[in-house]
Amino acid sequence: MNIFIVPLKFGNLTLLKKLSETISSLMKYNAIIQKINTDIEYTFSVERGQYYSTKIIEHFTALTGNLNGKILLITEADLYVPVLTFIFGEAQLNGKHCIVSVRRLHEEFYTEKSDELLLFERIVKESLHELGHNFGLLHCRDWECVMHSSNSIEEVDIKGDFYCKDCFSKINTAK
Amino acid sequence: MKKQDSILIVDDEKIVRESLFHWFEDEGYNLDTAESGEAALKKFNKGKYDLILLDMKMPGMNGLELLTKVKEIDKDCFVILITAYASVPTAIQALKEGAFDYVTKPIDPDELNHLVKNALEQKKLKSENEELKSKIEELILPNNLIGESIQMKKIFELINTVAPADTTVMIRGESGTGKELVAKAIHLNSKRKYFPIITVNCGALPDSLLESELFGHEKGSFTGAHYRRKGKFELANGGTIFLDEIGSVSQKMQVDLLRVIESKKFNRVGGNDTVESDFRVITATNEQLEELVKQNKFREDLYYRLNVFTLFIPPLRERKEDILVLAEFFLKKYNSLMNKGFKGLTTEALNFMQKYEWPGNVRELENAIERAVVIGKNELITVNDLPFHPTAGYMEDNADKSLSALEKKYIQKTLTENSWNISRSADILQIDRVTLYNKINKYGLKKI
Repeated sequence: MNIFIVPLKFGNLTLLKKLSETISSLMKYNAIIQKINTDIEYTFSVERGQYYSTKIIEHFTALTGNLNGKILLITEADLYVPVLTFIFGEAQLNGKHCIVSVRRLHEEFYTEKSDELLLFERIVKESLHELGHNFGLLHCRDWECVMHSSNSIEEVDIKGDFYCKDCFSKINTAK
Repeated sequence: MKKQDSILIVDDEKIVRESLFHWFEDEGYNLDTAESGEAALKKFNKGKYDLILLDMKMPGMNGLELLTKVKEIDKDCFVILITAYASVPTAIQALKEGAFDYVTKPIDPDELNHLVKNALEQKKLKSENEELKSKIEELILPNNLIGESIQMKKIFELINTVAPADTTVMIRGESGTGKELVAKAIHLNSKRKYFPIITVNCGALPDSLLESELFGHEKGSFTGAHYRRKGKFELANGGTIFLDEIGSVSQKMQVDLLRVIESKKFNRVGGNDTVESDFRVITATNEQLEELVKQNKFREDLYYRLNVFTLFIPPLRERKEDILVLAEFFLKKYNSLMNKGFKGLTTEALNFMQKYEWPGNVRELENAIERAVVIGKNELITVNDLPFHPTAGYMEDNADKSLSALEKKYIQKTLTENSWNISRSADILQIDRVTLYNKINKYGLKKI
């Protein structure tokens, strides 16, 4: 099984390459960059200025039936689900697809300071987190574990950068 | 088996029910949904749900009416009302009827999660969860906090005693003795363990930055503050704040700290709203605070506020029996991290380490082992692999002798000798290519 990293409204291929190398080195699966040309504009909400992530995942579920593995969508688009103001990412629990928005992981979103190293660290954390849900993991109570829930950027920074022992063993036994 | 918290989501809009269902699914809650007040009442029994997320405006029975009926059946059930419109009179009425809280759509995910967690936490506290209490009695230590000496065993006993007491703790000891790990151990063994421990190195930041770091700031409060940012005291809500190097805090900040530690209330920089946070304070210092108090450099009232329970961590030279245990632990750790297979240390290296004074304490010992694992060539770590041996390389006087400086220099040298061939260099360094790329980025290495 592979992990397919699919750029969606995302142009930084150097970063994607680095992400695929990092995920491959951290997990027992190969992470491969897979480009898919498609139009998701119908998931855009004009009044919110954001994209509806659940609809995007549904859209890609129909497109990627032939790919054997997990599909990690990486996007610069700002994401939402109804009721909530924004989300960093969404995943199908025990499923195949997940999405991570980089938009609110940029340090310059909060301050005028750019920090590429911090951005990459946050992207890796959120990617591992959403993939964890694909492998059936729920949120973990251990703050050192990447599966701890994070609803603000400060919490993304506080939590650990990899799975705790228990969560990692569950991933290794997952199908 | 531990009972999972159960939540009932009541909203007439299917899309909202589904969104909330999927949002809370990841938390592992038992979830149920109802499309109207009437449907919710049919499903409701006393004790069946811990929390109800309830839409205020629904056709038929509205949220307030359902709230009243639910409270008649089960007064212990917590209810959070959700509405599209912020209306103060309705909010007040909802709170009077017994709602836990009231939020408006769209909800900040952080706010929603914290509200739900706080509600469930309060419910648990109310019913005095015995399971949680019994768990606190076991002593949990962070991975790196190791020691076989009598002194360290006493420290472990003291951690076990003070952790559940929720009192303010001051940790004293030389640099590198592991004060942060002791703070973490206290936190992990307290009832606050499911909330974060937030570390602030007070000596590392100038006053202006420390203020924003500790108390947070509002959008637009200064140049570059494009967004509201939570401070460390706010993030530590429910958990512990660890203030390292407390002796280096300025006089002005000492006043602010005293105020917030006593009142648990503060304002974000540039903000008018008072923020409340429930945290435990642990501090650490390697300075003689008593001397600083005598010299009027540290406030006496703050000193007494912080110095309620003191833990002294002895330096490594006073507990030599821990050296071997720690060396073996760090060797195992770096063997695993760097994918090496060192079997141990030579007798000569061990004897040398036992005689050495370790002025940098456990941190110096860890750095010495890490460096030895990087440069060692044999099955056992020899005395030549240790940084303080006179014949070891890269120890010129006046040079930066930190481990990272040595590692940077060694990687640069290997890359230059191999014409920046990454695969060959990675083979020689016995690390994988990704790790080498990461280190090149980390140290900003370039072809010379």
